[in-house]
Amino acid sequence: MSAEMVDLLLKALGETIRMVAVSMVAATLAGIPLGVLLVTTARGQILECVPFNRVLAGIVNAVRSVPFIILMVAIIPFTRLVAGTSIGTTAAMVPLTIAAIPFIGRQVETALKEVPYGLIEAALALGATPMQIIRRVYVPEAMPGIIAQLTTVVIALVGSSAMAGAIGGGGLGDLAIRYGYQRFRPEVMLATIVVLIVLVQLIQFAGNRLAKKLNKK
Amino acid sequence: MIELSHIEKVYDGPDGPMTALRNIDISIGRGEIFGIIGLSGAGKSTLIRCINLLERPTGGQVIVDGQDLTAMSPSQLRKARKKIGMIFQHFNLLSSATVYENVAFPLRLDNTPEDAVREKVEKLLDLVSLADKANQYPSQLSGGQKQRVGIARALASEPQVLLCDEATSALDPQTTKAILALIRDINRELGLTVVVVTHEMNVIKDICDRVAVIENGVITEQGPVLEVFTKPQRPMTKEFISVVMSNELPVAFRDQEISPDPFPGGKLLVRLTFLGESADDPVIAGLIRQYPVEVSILYGNIDHIKDTPYGRLLIGLEGTPEAVAQAMDYLRARDLEIEVIGYVR
Repeated sequence: MSAEMVDLLLKALGETIRMVAVSMVAATLAGIPLGVLLVTTARGQILECVPFNRVLAGIVNAVRSVPFIILMVAIIPFTRLVAGTSIGTTAAMVPLTIAAIPFIGRQVETALKEVPYGLIEAALALGATPMQIIRRVYVPEAMPGIIAQLTTVVIALVGSSAMAGAIGGGGLGDLAIRYGYQRFRPEVMLATIVVLIVLVQLIQFAGNRLAKKLNKK
Repeated sequence: MIELSHIEKVYDGPDGPMTALRNIDISIGRGEIFGIIGLSGAGKSTLIRCINLLERPTGGQVIVDGQDLTAMSPSQLRKARKKIGMIFQHFNLLSSATVYENVAFPLRLDNTPEDAVREKVEKLLDLVSLADKANQYPSQLSGGQKQRVGIARALASEPQVLLCDEATSALDPQTTKAILALIRDINRELGLTVVVVTHEMNVIKDICDRVAVIENGVITEQGPVLEVFTKPQRPMTKEFISVVMSNELPVAFRDQEISPDPFPGGKLLVRLTFLGESADDPVIAGLIRQYPVEVSILYGNIDHIKDTPYGRLLIGLEGTPEAVAQAMDYLRARDLEIEVIGYVR
């Protein structure tokens, strides 16, 4: 493979990492509170508010049922509003973030539901406020689970980011399609796939390590 | 200290309303250890949760230390709960926090300064003999140690009441004894009012002053433990008691027909129950010395209900009908519980 190809590959890797990292951070900031609300506003919970919970769950399901490639195109006006453009790596971060928020919300919900209700009861019996229960019981107790779930989301985002090539988002997926497929360069396709595999392995490894370190059970 | 009046709890079940508790009246004095015993599903856990309003009763009043909890705002209730400690069957410790952090948890909720937290936590860990485990995680502890952490945590905000929800049900008998001894010490030294919910009569017998028996959401019997133990009214109470004190006859008599009337060569089976002081009286010696009867001791045991010695003796009396009748009069004149079973061969 030529030096020029290596440069292209590195540049594409950089774009993928930037897209995934920025949208992951943004989506996590919104997704964790979303997951917390999904759990705590359910029936019999510390912030019980069943109508709100139903509406929230409905929105989450609605966003999650739109395939990413369609979501990306459908929200172009919004993307232009936020990013100033609808083309390129930065623009691709907007739909990636929007798609990841409900995904993270559900994953965090799953992790939080693993916290035994007895612990919540114990905190209530000690006079804790709902906010204290969320910050001092739910989140720390579910942290290993949250990390494991977020790892899954990061990997899914790497996959989705490949589709961002469709709106000129750049990244590894874009490179594989344009060079590997359209210009009949199988070695580029192969190299991209190898880089993706290594990337995903590293993410999974790091996620597992962190989750294990935090788990005191 | 704790007044429960007309407590009702009705759940909205899938098949209409389900009554979990019905018209419950309990009054618990300061410094008392009060037991609530019942089978699983009888409503005893719901009942103890009504005391700190983890379950809000659908009717009635909960008054703790003169304050009506059912009439409080959420923030008032949180404040009141800090004065009501609670321990649980499954301990409910934070798995992500060390022993130290678990005990510090209630203190940190109030933003207590860290040096005050340290002082308090160290004192509590000493009290429950876990000072050397401060930096371990709950998963590294045994069940008994976990419950000690639970107790230390419950005591951190200096409560006046300690609620124990099946606190020893997940522990082996030896550990149960140790935890019960600790609860008793705390009750004595700190003057805490303790409410114990259990399905084990042993727990009631070892530490409680008074007991309530709950059946299908209704209190069927209530009173001092000694009284309930010696004069149980309801079949279920008798069954609970039989677990700790067998009422069965020795094997030799089980298959025999027991006759209510004397017959030649028969002996009269009598069960004697000694309570407190009377346990020290030389009753049997007096019986043999004064009357021409043969006394055989068929079964006997001495136990304690809390601190009161409690003895039971099954004896057989043999002699002429007159002598046996006189012997019975003698026994009836003592400070004893007497149950005449009948004549056997």
